[in-house]
Amino acid sequence: MTATEQHIDETLIPILEQVSDPEIPVLSIMDMGVVRSAVIVNNSVKVEITPTYSGCPAMDVIGDDIKKVLKEAGYESQVDLILHPAWTTDWITPRGRKALEDYGIAAPLEAEADKDVLLHGKRIVKCTNCGSQNTRLVSQFGSTACKAQFQCEDCQEPFDYFKCLK
Amino acid sequence: MKNENLYNYILGIADNSLILGQRMGELCGHGPSLETDIACTNISLDLFGQVRSYFQYAGKIAGDGRTEDDIAMLRKEREYKNVLLVEQPNTNFAYTIGRQFLFDVYHLAFLAELQKSSDLTLSAIANKCIKEVSYHERFSSDWVKRLGDGTEESNQKMQDAINDLWTYTDELFHLTEADKATVAEGIGVDVTKLKDNYYKSVSNLLTEARLQTPESKWFQKGGKQGVHTEHLGYLLSDLQYMQRTYPNMEW
Repeated sequence: MTATEQHIDETLIPILEQVSDPEIPVLSIMDMGVVRSAVIVNNSVKVEITPTYSGCPAMDVIGDDIKKVLKEAGYESQVDLILHPAWTTDWITPRGRKALEDYGIAAPLEAEADKDVLLHGKRIVKCTNCGSQNTRLVSQFGSTACKAQFQCEDCQEPFDYFKCLK
Repeated sequence: MKNENLYNYILGIADNSLILGQRMGELCGHGPSLETDIACTNISLDLFGQVRSYFQYAGKIAGDGRTEDDIAMLRKEREYKNVLLVEQPNTNFAYTIGRQFLFDVYHLAFLAELQKSSDLTLSAIANKCIKEVSYHERFSSDWVKRLGDGTEESNQKMQDAINDLWTYTDELFHLTEADKATVAEGIGVDVTKLKDNYYKSVSNLLTEARLQTPESKWFQKGGKQGVHTEHLGYLLSDLQYMQRTYPNMEW
């Protein structure tokens, strides 16, 4: 398997789309890019997921939720955690990025821009409330390992930014 | 055990993250500000996540049914292989940051090499962890600069912390028997080769932070052999409390 290739049986896609990240309920695990493969073998499904961050406590819940929805659809399943290739924010789909923004979490920038923001205080992260780029980094670590805290200097809204991970 | 060297090698790596993760976790609800509190506990969470990957793999290698939890929670003090640096207490915030910084610079260089390991599981774990650790290193370097280049008092406290912790840095670059065996197989990292660059990077950042690089040549060692400072026992009594009090408990 190459770094970005996924193997997911088409019939399973609508089922797996019902599962969301428990910490970001608007984002399905499919849009998050954590499902790397899902194949049906003799009415049993083998799923491989990869963690966003090593310590992400959501992974256990996601694994259980996947088994639950597949069971409801009539499949027995096995869910394995794989580490290689490592997850990257590039795997979040365009629909996923939009869902993040609508939910109030700024979507990840490209690696270089991300560095400018987190290391050099450059103001380019767009406020999810008013769209202004006059935003300030409050903390490199936010409410979960994958996010940083920002505040908009125009509308004063505090918001999360999903850090670029490559 | 068939693969005892590899097993011990993995524990040597993971125990550093486990013990440092426990130290950072102690700040949960006690950080100097909400943001730093969250940052320290996030770092702790990353480290524990990494430890899970290592210990799951170690459990597989042991092949006798021992789990990640058994390895993390049910060993005695002398069986932990972490370096002395990571078990040092959170004396004040400067010590917390100093310890993190002195470890992060090493950790980052170490993972960069472990990515090249011929053991595919270890290289995959390293590949995953290095992304997280580069955030840790940014955080700790940033705070060393802030405190060093801050007020007279913050500068003094940061300098004191670096001076006190310095004696534990050399041990990072000692080779254990398991290190030597795995290096020979192309699995392990030869940490002795990381030493020069480590001291160069650390010294450059200290200078930038208006801090002096300590000149002391006297270094403490022993952690990698299981001979620890007086602090580890107390840490383990916290870490292992539930598992020792309620054997075989489940959540």
